[in-house]
Amino acid sequence: MSRVTLQVNGKQVSVVVEPRTLLVELLRDKLQLTGTHVGCDTSHCGACVVHVGGRSVKSCTMLAVEADGATVTTIEGLAQGGKLHPMQESFHQHHALQCGFCTPGMIMSAIELVETRPHADEHETREWLEGNFCRCTGYHNIVKAILSCRDAMREKSA
Amino acid sequence: MSTTTHPSIPGSIGAAIPRREDRRFITGAGRYVDDIVLPHQAYAVIVRSPHAYAQIRAIATAAALAAPGVLAVFTGHDVAADKVGGIPCGWLVKSKDGSNMVEPPHPMLVKDRVRHVGDQVAVVIAESKAEARAAAQLIEIDYEVLPAVGTLQDATAPGAPAVWAEAPDNVCFDWDLGDKAAVATAMASAYKIIDIEVRQNRVIPNAIEPRAAIGHYDPAGDYYTLYTTSQNPHLIRLLLGAFVLGIPEHRLRVVAPDVGGGFGSKIYHYAEEAIVVWASKKLGRPVKWTAERSESFMSDAHGRDTIMTAQLAVDKDGKFLAFKVHNVANMGAYLSTFAPAIPTYLSATLMAGCYTTPAIYVEVKAVFTHTVPVDAYRGAGRPEAAYLIERIVDKAARELGIDRLAIRRKNFIRPDQFPYKTPVALEYDVGDYEATLALALKAGDYDGYPARRAASQQRGKLRGIGFSTYVEGCGIAPSALVGQLGARAGLYEAATVRVHPTGSVSVFTGTHSHGQGHETTFAQLVSDKLGVPFDHVDIVHGDTDRIPFGMGTYGSRSLSVGGSAIVKAIDKILKKGKTIAAHLLAVSESDLVWSRGEFRVAGTDRRKTIAEVAFAAYVPHNYPIDKIEPGLEESAFYDPLNFTFPAGCHLCEVEVDPDTGVVQVVQMVAADDVGVVLNPMIVDGQLHGGLVQGIGQALYEEAQYDESGQLLTGSYLNYGMPRASDFPFFNVSTHPTACTHNPIGAKGVGEVGAIGCPPAVINAVLDALAPLGVTDISMPATPEKVWRAIASAQAAASTRD
Ligand code: FES
Ligand code: FES
Repeated sequence: MSRVTLQVNGKQVSVVVEPRTLLVELLRDKLQLTGTHVGCDTSHCGACVVHVGGRSVKSCTMLAVEADGATVTTIEGLAQGGKLHPMQESFHQHHALQCGFCTPGMIMSAIELVETRPHADEHETREWLEGNFCRCTGYHNIVKAILSCRDAMREKSA
Repeated sequence: MSTTTHPSIPGSIGAAIPRREDRRFITGAGRYVDDIVLPHQAYAVIVRSPHAYAQIRAIATAAALAAPGVLAVFTGHDVAADKVGGIPCGWLVKSKDGSNMVEPPHPMLVKDRVRHVGDQVAVVIAESKAEARAAAQLIEIDYEVLPAVGTLQDATAPGAPAVWAEAPDNVCFDWDLGDKAAVATAMASAYKIIDIEVRQNRVIPNAIEPRAAIGHYDPAGDYYTLYTTSQNPHLIRLLLGAFVLGIPEHRLRVVAPDVGGGFGSKIYHYAEEAIVVWASKKLGRPVKWTAERSESFMSDAHGRDTIMTAQLAVDKDGKFLAFKVHNVANMGAYLSTFAPAIPTYLSATLMAGCYTTPAIYVEVKAVFTHTVPVDAYRGAGRPEAAYLIERIVDKAARELGIDRLAIRRKNFIRPDQFPYKTPVALEYDVGDYEATLALALKAGDYDGYPARRAASQQRGKLRGIGFSTYVEGCGIAPSALVGQLGARAGLYEAATVRVHPTGSVSVFTGTHSHGQGHETTFAQLVSDKLGVPFDHVDIVHGDTDRIPFGMGTYGSRSLSVGGSAIVKAIDKILKKGKTIAAHLLAVSESDLVWSRGEFRVAGTDRRKTIAEVAFAAYVPHNYPIDKIEPGLEESAFYDPLNFTFPAGCHLCEVEVDPDTGVVQVVQMVAADDVGVVLNPMIVDGQLHGGLVQGIGQALYEEAQYDESGQLLTGSYLNYGMPRASDFPFFNVSTHPTACTHNPIGAKGVGEVGAIGCPPAVINAVLDALAPLGVTDISMPATPEKVWRAIASAQAAASTRD
């Protein structure tokens, strides 16, 4: 057993886990942050994407102990004071989700894209989503939502 | 009407209102089955067969039972000892000779013979999932491996191993539909017969949420609860309760909370649902099972997998005279819930397509193989029909030297011919096939195609354009009709509308939303019909304890059947409301007119709103109590009079790289008639999703088994899941003709994308390759297949030279 101390959605937490525990298991099972999903066992689907130290990470692919000392943001930590993150709002406005299962991972991935590559075009956006599967939306409205959010965020920072 | 421009009137039909269910999903507050943790919950892991066909000689469970955290291990012997029933099939198909289909047993846990890779053999239940998983490794099973039949091609070969002794030739049923003699006569004198063989590649539904189930037995009330990833909780309650575990409906609750996509794969009753409920009672604790993705690949029902050969008789002008189809369809090792209906009643009946072909005859031979059961997957039978028809129509055009669109137009059922009775048992109520074709050509700038083709050529790419003008039948289904056809259930839908004392409304629907957005669209419908604000309407679904009854969501039925049940309930509310309003206003009912939420005395400004009427109904101090009861709540069942028939035209443009064989979809246009549209934003989204599954089937996806029945595509490493980078933005639009027999005019949109699109894609690929002499390619048109087709056409051409 190992003790892991980390900051999750702005709160300091400290839990004892087995060494084999994955970050996604820590989030879902220990912290009841069930917004982060598990859609595969081969690190392909991206339903589990969270931010660790500001970068998107597949939380099914990282051990909980590796996140010791890290700052983690999950889908539950995005909205601030009841105000949605612009990416969440954009997904809503563009109907970029249907069953919602891929959505948390998609949003977390998309946020890193627009933050790190503010000039990403449609092509780059689609390539960026390589590791995020959606079976419902045909990706059409997801890409629309991301591009629209990118424009809004660019305008704001201009 | 284009769905990309629309009026935005909140609360009304036709408005593109962003979905109200989004909030919980975008904030991580969705509640899927695997998110639920019941106090004292234990975890189940299923031990599955690694072999396609094998005799279980012995199972040793002692080591697993002794492992840390393990609470129980159950095998097929425990199931047999408890006399648990098998997983039932919901549809009985009879062969040509009148005999019933072969219906083999489907045990919850297999005791002696496994029949596909993934067949469930034992269950390990432990304090944690990790402990259950570790203990499952300790179960030793002695298998005697038997020769298996892994593919459809091999199933009917002479001497093939029999999956079931009761079907020595592996034939489950041999069924037909249509007028064989009329077809033979027409064929005999036809100008030309066009021949084709097409293969429907087997696909894996791959909803991103893996299946999961929690069983909870409460001894206090002798009461069972099942939380499950289902598209139809009431159907699961019926099948699990009545057929498998023998639990009466009033002691069994089935909850399908948020469900992460279905596409058909979550219609069926699966063994794991029964296992967790049964095990919960034995253990006295809730038991949860969640599939790992690798289990999904080998235990979710697969889709399609048919081989069709067909002949189309034509006259010299391209008029279709007769159509004959022979279809061999894979059922897998067991019969899943709807499996026998897919190639027959949902496919053969659509073989007229949108054409006036006067004589049609279809034979369907369903066969067993040592593979996962095959059942409905988005489109379910109609994609198979549309693909066959639209491929052979293109081939006819090519062989007759007639333009592909001209031959379609020549054979279209014209708007003035509706209602149109086809030679394969259906009556299409309404449609306008020319209109959607014209819409697609305009939206896709068909006139500009030659220039685009030339531009591609300049870049060394082969460009092709392909069409499909399809029709499908959904809005499942008229109960009496499907009863005659072998369905073992009715396929109506139910709804309860409860107007609360202060005028807000709860609607309980038997359909289930797992991405379709019912909480929004149905609220729009109710808001419109009842004249209450959109925000005052709540839609409740997915819980058999809260919803009186229902048949669930599949076959694009939710709005046309489920929505119609809601409208019927609202009609009853308004009838009662009128009596109340007339009493309150001291007028006769005939003096009242109903308009947007109010009963008005005609010609005056005296009125009662629905909220005032509701208040009077619950506080009946001044009330027509001699005529009606207090309260304002009504239920209705709606049984459709006919199927609905969405139709349309899909236009696809591809670019093929002749050096690598890579096919890129560069334009995808869908112009569909899905009937009256309630929320165009949601309709467009349904189309986008369907198109990606259609293109996925046409270009990327295939579940492959080898001859010994090993699943070769058992993970995302080797199954071609469509990704964002595979697609352009889509061009979708709708042109509604209102369904004539339901009160909404809706037809259904859930499946049309996946139905209309694959033939358009393959026709486009063949159009691109035609100059090289390629005349056929099978789905999925992978780079390897395309490259080989090009190479062999070139080789053939050079030997000719
Ligand atoms: S769960 Fe699929 S990538 Fe992490
Ligand atoms: S919204 Fe269902 S998987 Fe993306």
